[in-house]
Amino acid sequence: MRTRWSLYLGAALAGLFALAALISLVWVPVPVEQLAIANKMKPVGTPGFLLGTDHFGRDILSMLMVGARTSIAVAILAVGIGIAFGVPLGLLAAARRGGLVDELVMRGNDLVFAFPSLVIAILITAVFGPSATNAIIAIGIFNIPVFARVTRGGALSLWTLDYIRAAEVAGKGQARISAEHILPNIANLLIVQGTIQFSLGILAEAGLSYVGLGAQPPIPSWGRMLAESQTMISMAPHLAILPGLAIVLTVLGLNLMGDGLRDLLDPRLRRAR
Amino acid sequence: MLRYAASRLVSLILSLVVASLVIFAVLEIIPGDAASFMLGMNAAPDTLAALREQLGLNGSLLSRYLVWVTGMLQGDFGTSYTYRTPVSELIAARMEVSVPLTLYALVLSTAIALPVGLLAAARQGKATDLAVMGTTQLGVAVPNFWFAMILVLIFAVNLRWLPSGGFPGWEKGIWVNVKALTLPAVALALPQASILARVMRSSVLETLTQDYVRTARAKGLNRTQAVLRHAFRNALIPVLTILGLQFSFLLAGAIIIENVFFLPGLGRLIFQGITQRDLIVVKSVVMLLVGAVILVNFLVDLAYALVDPRLRRRA
Amino acid sequence: MSLLSVENLSLSIHGTPILENVSFTMKAGEVFGLVGESGSGKSLTSFSVMGLLPEGAKVSGAAKLQGHDLLALTESQMCHVRGREIGMIFQEPMTALNPVQSIGDQVAETLVIHGAATRAEALRIARDKLNRVGLTEDRFPLSRFPHELSGGQRQRVCIAMAIALRPKLLIADEPTTALDVTTQAQILDLLKDLVAEEGMGLLLITHDLAVVAGVADEVAVMQQGRIVEQGPTEALFRTRAHDYTRRLFAASAHQPDRAATAGTEPLLSVDGVRRSYALPRAGFFGPQPRLEAVKGVSFTLHRGESLGLVGESGCGKSTLTRAILGLEPIQGGSITLCGEKIRAGAVPPAQRARMQVVFQDPYGSFNPRHKVGRLVAEPFHLAPIPPAGQRDRVAAALTEVGLKPSDAEKYIHEFSGGQRQRIAIARALIVRPELIILDEAVSALDVRVRAQILDLLADLQGRLGLSYLFISHDLHVVRAITDRVLVMKSGEIVEQGLTGAVFSAPRHSYTRQLIAATPVIPSDWTVSNDALV
Repeated sequence: MRTRWSLYLGAALAGLFALAALISLVWVPVPVEQLAIANKMKPVGTPGFLLGTDHFGRDILSMLMVGARTSIAVAILAVGIGIAFGVPLGLLAAARRGGLVDELVMRGNDLVFAFPSLVIAILITAVFGPSATNAIIAIGIFNIPVFARVTRGGALSLWTLDYIRAAEVAGKGQARISAEHILPNIANLLIVQGTIQFSLGILAEAGLSYVGLGAQPPIPSWGRMLAESQTMISMAPHLAILPGLAIVLTVLGLNLMGDGLRDLLDPRLRRAR
Repeated sequence: MLRYAASRLVSLILSLVVASLVIFAVLEIIPGDAASFMLGMNAAPDTLAALREQLGLNGSLLSRYLVWVTGMLQGDFGTSYTYRTPVSELIAARMEVSVPLTLYALVLSTAIALPVGLLAAARQGKATDLAVMGTTQLGVAVPNFWFAMILVLIFAVNLRWLPSGGFPGWEKGIWVNVKALTLPAVALALPQASILARVMRSSVLETLTQDYVRTARAKGLNRTQAVLRHAFRNALIPVLTILGLQFSFLLAGAIIIENVFFLPGLGRLIFQGITQRDLIVVKSVVMLLVGAVILVNFLVDLAYALVDPRLRRRA
Repeated sequence: MSLLSVENLSLSIHGTPILENVSFTMKAGEVFGLVGESGSGKSLTSFSVMGLLPEGAKVSGAAKLQGHDLLALTESQMCHVRGREIGMIFQEPMTALNPVQSIGDQVAETLVIHGAATRAEALRIARDKLNRVGLTEDRFPLSRFPHELSGGQRQRVCIAMAIALRPKLLIADEPTTALDVTTQAQILDLLKDLVAEEGMGLLLITHDLAVVAGVADEVAVMQQGRIVEQGPTEALFRTRAHDYTRRLFAASAHQPDRAATAGTEPLLSVDGVRRSYALPRAGFFGPQPRLEAVKGVSFTLHRGESLGLVGESGCGKSTLTRAILGLEPIQGGSITLCGEKIRAGAVPPAQRARMQVVFQDPYGSFNPRHKVGRLVAEPFHLAPIPPAGQRDRVAAALTEVGLKPSDAEKYIHEFSGGQRQRIAIARALIVRPELIILDEAVSALDVRVRAQILDLLADLQGRLGLSYLFISHDLHVVRAITDRVLVMKSGEIVEQGLTGAVFSAPRHSYTRQLIAATPVIPSDWTVSNDALV
């Protein structure tokens, strides 16, 4: 019961922001390029500016909607990078367990874990300059070892099972066994991990754009809205509170959804959490 | 035990070597070379040549790497191009802020998370547990820099209990500096503590299902005694792993938090380095951060052996 | 007065009835056997007595220890009873001890927790108790950790822990099921001696009738949460008043009808096979140690023959199996099937199709996401035929093993353990192999299901002219189903010969030891003409 509740609430929260991001592609209340100094610093509830305006007179609601788009796009692409590279690596490492590939994958993982994603981002931006693309790469690189580890761990426990032996005796090779027997049985793990990395990606993107290493102006992003609001925090606290709430609610929604999915897909884990 | 420690030490050194190679390689693929990158397009040829000389860009790839590494080993990180001072002095000054901040946050996070996680596990399904799970679920979702801003809004702007930013320096006494670092440390620690408490809880619950806990109960231990005497120490093993990872998150978090509170730490230094294209500073600070993370993971490996006798005899 | 008297004990968990009116009494100084198949409720009976039931459990009735009803005690009162009045040991010694605490501390804890001794005294008593269970000071100092001990040694530590406070009652829940047969014999002897010495009662829970026959004074037979029959062991075994008891006995001594199909033409030749593994290096530059799992094994399996391979865990029989299947490389010797050498990693499909396998675990042997039809058809990968033909062959194979063709549309979780082994046999049969390797294929099954599967195997061999390599640790089973037998120990075959001859007149000391350690029901207790092993 609790499971369903957390799944539905989480999906509703995350879905709300995903919907806002989608709508922003075709319509926003006030275009975010529109600067109107006359309308600057309007409080929440002003007619025409539901959530108020910032110091340039831009509509906060519209900026939050477009910001959702930036956050979600960066996080999804970063998860995509993690899955695209991490899952095959993890499968390969498990198939050749104890071998050279396994060793290289594990040591490579340790290395990437030694570089927190922010440090990777710093290195990349120091060389190529800050941009949304570089933020995606920086977060994505950090996702690779996460997915590789989860995949390898799940696959290793499956490789000890007799049905894998049976498939080997039926003459199937490692690649075929990985695709036919391993991957479908660890899909649950990957879906849950994907949700978690998605929410971590949103947090990381917010952090990077807060320090100016993410999406560059004029593309609105939640992190930069927070950075810009900081000096005005005592005059206009809503400028700082609203984007923060957007981040918290999205991440909370994704985490609840992840917990719910894990319980739904894997009853064995239910008691542990 | 000694053999285990020695093998971890070898892998520590290997990791450091590989990390330094990666950082060196990334900075080698800069379009043009480091000197023209740092000076921009309109640099005068002789300035460029002088900088190339200073950076040692005229040597071979191998000799440049060796010069960099041997320099670092002797505490020589080169000279900052913008500050015109040795990078090692800059780093030393900034570490006076960053190291205490990270440790403060780590201690705070661990001191809160372990008892809370243990308590929630002991009261599984009860109101305490639900409250802990709810709060930590929220805590995990909060970006630390935003939490920092909210803390500033409440405790500095409204209540005026603590300063909203800045760092007086250790020569002004310990207390003012602790006060200055308290909000940043809390902002860093609480989201991390949420994660750690959840890991602690699920790890304890997992060990509670193990056969040896049943054995302990059959001996006459009650549930609490079984948790404290048997589940706790076994549950620490996965918690240690997370603790090691958290250090790297705290370090990265500290870089951002320093911006919220205008703290003159390594984070500020690295961002100034980036805006001023001072690659010498960026390279050195990144290497230092990565080195710290690798070192902490080495310490975590040693801690494993203290907790788990099965590792002590393994090579 | 009776030591333990269980009266009308009923138990339900989350509303599902588990036990119904279980009643029995046992005296001090006696061994009381509680026998039954898996799911009969015998373990939960003991957990009810101990007050260690899972959440959602509801008990009624009484469990009186020397007249005091344990079920009426509060949890904190029960904590004083457990360990002091009642000691308990469990099935799985490998996980029953805390891996991060020394054995001395764990034994001493029983005394410390009940305030019976100071830490120093407790450690001294722990030393005595460990000595008593056969773990002497020179080889097993108190500072040893569980991972440094074998399964049998760990079970001895558990026993020391359970008897540290000289409890009146010792409950042993399948204490030897996870152990090898020679270790089992030693642990059973130890338990018997302790009962005699300390005058305590032993409640022995087991699925193995032969174990009960050798140890218990009184026995109760459980089926589906009820006790169907109880009484003094010998009398109960001789009369077998209840129908269920009779069926249990018949199944445990079952001898399938086997047609003589063994030929003389070699099918599988194993010649001087060696297999060794690289162990982790000691340090980065240390020499690479190797573990020799199979040390020059040779034998021949003839067409139509059923050949047994027996040995205890770690003897190398599983490694040898994987080598024969071409799943692992060998470091010496050769394996030949139908005149063609088997080369690991490069077995051509046609060669693979001549040899299939059935594994032990009916639960881990199937991909839970595939339907039975697809599972059974998997070996067609070796010899592809059109889908329509595959469907017919799957239907035929399912019928052959006693299932319905329509079962192909179901998922594996809809089947019981015995049915799953039938499906595993169907999968092995589908490409019409000549040799089927049965790797502990009936070890995880209850006796009655095991008897049915053995019948099926005997029947299939007669009809299809199959050859079996039957790998097992269970001498009864090997005796029932094989023509010849190989006895393996520490990577070598120490004895081979006709099954009947090896069992009745073993030549090698290890074979004799194995046979002597195997518990049997005394032959003069049997009333039927079932040949008991």
